[in-house]
Amino acid sequence: MELFTAILIGTLYAAAVFCLLQRHLVKLIFGLILLSHGANLLIFVSARLSREAAPLIPSHLRLPETAMADPLPQALILTAIVISFAVLAFALILCHRTYQSARTDDIDELNTTEL
Amino acid sequence: MNALLIMPIVLPLLFGVLLLLFWQHRFLQRSLALISGLAQLGVAIALLTRVWGGDVYAVSLGNWPAPFGIVLVVDLLSAIMLFMGTLIGVVMTVYSFASMDSERASFGFYPIFNLLMMGVNGSFLTGDVFNLYVWFEVMLMSSFILLALGGERKQMEGAIKYVTLNLFASALFLAAVGILYGKVGTLNMADIAVKLGEIEDPRMISTIGMLFLVAFGIKAAVFPLFFWLPASYHTPPITVTAIYAGLLTKVGVYTLIRFFTLIFNQEIGFTHQLLMVMAAFTMVSGVLGAAAHYEVRRLLAFHIISQIGYMIMGLALYTPLAIGGAVFYIAHNMVAKTNLFLISGVVNRLRGHYDLKKLGGLYAAYPWLAILFLISAMGLAGVPPLSGFFGKLTLVLAAVEQGRWIMVTVALFTGLLTLYSMTKIWAEGYWKKAPEEPAAIEPLVGSERLFLMLPVVVLALGTVLMGAFAGVLIDLALRTGEQLLAPAAYIEAVLGGAR
Repeated sequence: MELFTAILIGTLYAAAVFCLLQRHLVKLIFGLILLSHGANLLIFVSARLSREAAPLIPSHLRLPETAMADPLPQALILTAIVISFAVLAFALILCHRTYQSARTDDIDELNTTEL
Repeated sequence: MNALLIMPIVLPLLFGVLLLLFWQHRFLQRSLALISGLAQLGVAIALLTRVWGGDVYAVSLGNWPAPFGIVLVVDLLSAIMLFMGTLIGVVMTVYSFASMDSERASFGFYPIFNLLMMGVNGSFLTGDVFNLYVWFEVMLMSSFILLALGGERKQMEGAIKYVTLNLFASALFLAAVGILYGKVGTLNMADIAVKLGEIEDPRMISTIGMLFLVAFGIKAAVFPLFFWLPASYHTPPITVTAIYAGLLTKVGVYTLIRFFTLIFNQEIGFTHQLLMVMAAFTMVSGVLGAAAHYEVRRLLAFHIISQIGYMIMGLALYTPLAIGGAVFYIAHNMVAKTNLFLISGVVNRLRGHYDLKKLGGLYAAYPWLAILFLISAMGLAGVPPLSGFFGKLTLVLAAVEQGRWIMVTVALFTGLLTLYSMTKIWAEGYWKKAPEEPAAIEPLVGSERLFLMLPVVVLALGTVLMGAFAGVLIDLALRTGEQLLAPAAYIEAVLGGAR
């Protein structure tokens, strides 16, 4: 399972970099989306994939009786998803506004500030 | 102490929300923003006096004991960065009163600026890696908006590059946090430092360290990751550029210093040697870029990069003297660099553009402005007795002490080229005769003059005073360096209760 997920993450990263290197503005967004998915999955895997019980401790105990799954990575991923959602929404609008003001979606033509 | 430690985060949040309520009310926006800035500065001064003697304070949020909860930690480095950051915040607030056009000012500049300060202050204080990621995102999101606010085409172009590269860096940072968590099972920076010390094989740790290095390196704009900076920093209004120049890249440098003294100190021979090479190339490529440009903002943007090189050099040398020098250099640079941007903003107000080739005769027309520029420019270039001289002196001494002659040469050579580009601005903009009669622009009077010139005077005075009181300040910086290289006190302050 870990091997499969590792390959999946690698593919996501590769696809993200491929998209980021394209000249099209929308592909830039796709690249960023795939990249954030890859990073989220990476956190998920690096904290071990397991079939352990849910992290609930009975009220009369102070410590769990059996091995439990680590709940923290899921909290991290949840936070990261929310953040990347907001940031990517901003990036999407930014691309739209850029297209409106520059009338082009070719990144290579966004070089008027360099001249 | 607990209440004081969370204030730098709570205050800007509170005022940011308040400012959102009074969206269109110009006077209230300004006065609330100023009160917020001054309050943050006051808290920062209070924190600095508490840690002045070398103590480290930590507070566990929500009473979750470290290493399980999020901690805020203040040591000398955090306190100094916090003080400098909030000082720049106040100065920029005053400057924006006159320099920010009313459209942008009434479209959320002040609330967003407060949220930006929240992100910056949070990054300086947090002792938790994931929390640092969150503060980075708060800071980035606000900076994206500030950069794009106004919606001109050139701003959009700059913003696309800035946003893409910074989101890429954030994704790397997040991945690095995930892998680090998988390795040590904790997110608390002090706890990570302890756990990493127990791991036998340092190569795996250095690999994780490299991910952090690239992520923070992009934010700090070090060679070869700096290309987004000169492509975007000159596109927004000068106020925003000055805020970025003074604050944002320095946050990247702060995190590099924090991580590569506290956490990744297992394989100095590899990691810090790499930092050294990066520092040398950063210094040279930045200053060469600056030498080629005639647009003041672009020239200064390249200088930001070059100066970052000095700070990284201090970190890479890894002695108390060197890291102290880097800390002093950061503080000096925040003052001098921001002021150069502010002065070019004043010049733009007086002449209507930033192009050195068309500028000229500023010394004849505005001698006081010229002198203020000269103080900051010479301070940046490192002419004694101004602040930059002592920063460079400390760093070069540290390099000599270790026999790093190549670094000494590169640092001095870069200093020389910095002086060259500063004299270029002086000769082209201030000294030579104006090539054409400047278009009639209404003179600076009344409150506009006050709001534009007061920050410039304060920061120029800062450069002079940092030079005059260099003894005390370098002493403080040295203690900061010693504290950073002996992280036991930091770890004890954070985990003391838990062990």
